[in-house]
Amino acid sequence: MSDTKTLSKKDFTSDQEVRWCPGCGDYAILNAVQSVLPKLGIPKEKIVFVSGIGCSSRFPYYMSTYGFHTIHGRAAAIATGLKLINPELSVWMVSGDGDSLSIGGNHYIHAIRRNIDINLLLFNNEIYGLTKGQYSPTSPAGLVTKSSPYGSLDRNFSAASLSIGAESTFFARALDSDPKYLQEIMIRATAHRGTSVIEILQNCVIFNDGAHEWTTNRESKADHQLRLEHGKPMLFGAENNKGIRLNGITPEVVTLGENGITEADILVHDEKATEPTLAYFLSRMRAPDFPTPIGVFRAVEGPTYDQQLHQQVEDVKLKKGQGNLKKLLYSGDIWEVKA
Amino acid sequence: MTTKSHVELDRVTIRFAGDSGDGMQLTGSQFTNTSAIVGNDISTFPDFPAEIRAPAGTLPGVSSFQVQIGNVDIHTPGDDPDILVAMNPAALKVNLPMVPRGGTIFVDTSSFTTRNLSKAGYDTNPLDDGSLVGYRVVEVDITKLTLNALAELDLDNKSKTRCKNFCALGMMYWMYGRPLEPTQEWVERKFARKPLLAQANKMALQAGYNYAYTTDLIPSSFEIKPAVIEPGTYRSISGNQALALGLIAGCKQVGLPLFLGTYPITPASDILHELSKHKEYGVLTFQAEDEIAAVCAAIGASYGGGLAVTSTSGPGIALKAEAMGLAVKTELPLIVIDVQRAGPSTGMPTKTEQSDLLQVMYGRNGESPICVISCSRPTDCFDVARQAVELAIRFMMPVVLLSDGYIANGTGPWKLPDPDSFESIPIRRPSDPSTYQPYQRDEESLARSWAIPGMPGFEHRIGGLEGQNETGNVSYDPQNHETMSLIREEKLMRVAEFLPEQKVVGPTEGDLLVISWGGTYGSVFSAVSECQREGKSVAHAHLTHLSPFPKNLGSLLGNYRKILVPELNLGQLAKILKFSFDAEIEQLNKIQGQPFKIREIKSAIDALLAQGEN
Repeated sequence: MSDTKTLSKKDFTSDQEVRWCPGCGDYAILNAVQSVLPKLGIPKEKIVFVSGIGCSSRFPYYMSTYGFHTIHGRAAAIATGLKLINPELSVWMVSGDGDSLSIGGNHYIHAIRRNIDINLLLFNNEIYGLTKGQYSPTSPAGLVTKSSPYGSLDRNFSAASLSIGAESTFFARALDSDPKYLQEIMIRATAHRGTSVIEILQNCVIFNDGAHEWTTNRESKADHQLRLEHGKPMLFGAENNKGIRLNGITPEVVTLGENGITEADILVHDEKATEPTLAYFLSRMRAPDFPTPIGVFRAVEGPTYDQQLHQQVEDVKLKKGQGNLKKLLYSGDIWEVKA
Repeated sequence: MTTKSHVELDRVTIRFAGDSGDGMQLTGSQFTNTSAIVGNDISTFPDFPAEIRAPAGTLPGVSSFQVQIGNVDIHTPGDDPDILVAMNPAALKVNLPMVPRGGTIFVDTSSFTTRNLSKAGYDTNPLDDGSLVGYRVVEVDITKLTLNALAELDLDNKSKTRCKNFCALGMMYWMYGRPLEPTQEWVERKFARKPLLAQANKMALQAGYNYAYTTDLIPSSFEIKPAVIEPGTYRSISGNQALALGLIAGCKQVGLPLFLGTYPITPASDILHELSKHKEYGVLTFQAEDEIAAVCAAIGASYGGGLAVTSTSGPGIALKAEAMGLAVKTELPLIVIDVQRAGPSTGMPTKTEQSDLLQVMYGRNGESPICVISCSRPTDCFDVARQAVELAIRFMMPVVLLSDGYIANGTGPWKLPDPDSFESIPIRRPSDPSTYQPYQRDEESLARSWAIPGMPGFEHRIGGLEGQNETGNVSYDPQNHETMSLIREEKLMRVAEFLPEQKVVGPTEGDLLVISWGGTYGSVFSAVSECQREGKSVAHAHLTHLSPFPKNLGSLLGNYRKILVPELNLGQLAKILKFSFDAEIEQLNKIQGQPFKIREIKSAIDALLAQGEN
């Protein structure tokens, strides 16, 4: 086993030239990952990056860990098999909105449903970059792109709603423009046992520049971002006087001090709530009526499929004893033919 | 006590047919197992509908099980049934065309009601409208006989009626002098927790046996002496079961955990069912969300150092194609099992065919050479599966293993091997991190060495993008792409160096060579044997290795005046042989979802030989 104490960012940087477009949000994410890994105390040889196809999926080539750049949409399935054969590995999946929510949508929801213990980085730039600018399943309806010159007709997915609908045990949202916070979220994600999804709102400078501008703009971000903190009221705004209240089963934005609203009326974030209902409420909160929730939506404990699969094998071994091939072959209705 | 004649036979073919819910598969399996235990050679052919429970009494609901037993070498379930047991009018209607005139038909008369006749589409009752003239019809009210025998039991009539298949089985046991004990013991095991049902089934079995013994309905009983079979320990096994056990054995030889990523599909699902039972052997089975996830999870497990397998049928292969290409490009060991069924599209899921050969050979984007091997009968699936493991590991490549519905569900007597005699299969692991490159190759096999996550110092990246020779780094260099394409092709060709030479049964040169692959083995072998006994100059070559072919195959073809390739498709191997060896190939093709009959092949051979004489 390699020594984990002396590892630095450089140890996770491969000799391959990074080829994303200048100004791409992917650089900040790569940088954050390479900065976080030395802090985790995981031997380098136990870390594997698995990706699908798309700009973000070039990621493994830029890491000096084990890496597998696979095929479009299938990273979740390949990461699943990898984690199942060796649950001791720290498996990271890197994927984009097209890769995971369109062509690979099925594998994405099923990995989450099974709660495979992997870290899933979902780069969401709301566009297809590698194929040069078609709308993606997270592009807002009406978006004019190369494949939708008169505006896209597709209703867009919320990655958060989809993940929480699949009963994600860990879902967080972070921003490429706030790498320090992204690192914090990554550390929390790696501590979580089960599928930890981080949706990273990432900017594509070429084909969809400014897609997350409403959320990330320096001037207005205090009013447009809701930083989630477990056990704290959902307050936001430059003066921290705006909050989220539940009106019946509908969330609404209220202002402290107006119409007799006090902090006691504000919804308190509970990322550990057993039912995913609150997390789902958060996933429905979108611009321009609501601030964009940033942070950990949900983090609950639950059995992981990889652990259970191996536990089942151990349980059967305990009950039946270690398998003996000869016994297996010579079972059932057997008979002797004498010479 | 009646005095009945006693006739000795070499072989007999019996077809049990009834409604899907009548337990015909079970009845046939019991007859088969008992026959194997008394020393007959056996071969079976379950023929059942895709519908789980089609409406009772209808033609689509008919389920049949054909078995041939004999005191001679048996290689097929028999061309034509000598005896048909028809539990209802629909079973009679569906199966009668297969029974030659003069054959014996057992019917359960109580099921020949107006309602059942009409469900089967009979305007008049075939038992009394003269349509069965020429057959020996044995009419027994099996239902009534069963109910009477079980009169004393405290069971409802429905449960009692369900024992009628064992009553029919009892009659067959008397006719062919089979002991009742194996089935009685099986019933006791099966219904250990329901002693009343155990008793009912045993009583029904005995009732049928006694009835046949005491009545004059059946003119004679038959004896089929034990076959001359190689001494050893045997068990009856189906193709899918044998494949599963072969994979477990192969994994033990290579010392890796077995990972099966799969998605349920007829007729391959039994491989999953079998493997999922054997967790104490460290077998990991993963029922994925779809066919693509199944193969991809297997590829992930392979990258992680497991012995990875995915099992499916033709439609699943179509979905897995892109991922199989990834395994070709990344040179990861992977076993892809295709239990073929009739296509295209959904086709006829429960019916057999050999029509995926071209798909597995060529159905991927780019130049994507792949190793293809096939099994020929239920009892060789074990060894072919072990061979697939060995090839995948030795050559670091995906291997397609072709089976088919006929092999998968058929059974045969399997002489159990001694697992201690299996040699271990070495894995080429790199040893020096300072010089390691992911695509460094063994000079002889061209296999790359296999470093897996967890090995310090060997961290590397692989992927579907074309990679530079040796380093695997992404490369768009034109010359490199050609080099890599040629290396992948050459690596497959190197497999041929490792394979045994193609064997021929019969003369090493002569008038005709019949080439078979996959499940047609039994019919072709039997037909060629018949011709050889008649003194004809005919040889048989059965191909296990389809990609690459054995090295000597091309030269073999030149030793015969004519070559015949019978296939359950429209000529897929024939096409490949034609362009691979510029050979003239005669085809015999059947695409009915049914295996070849021996006589179909025999008459094709005779016709070809007769042409030669003109």
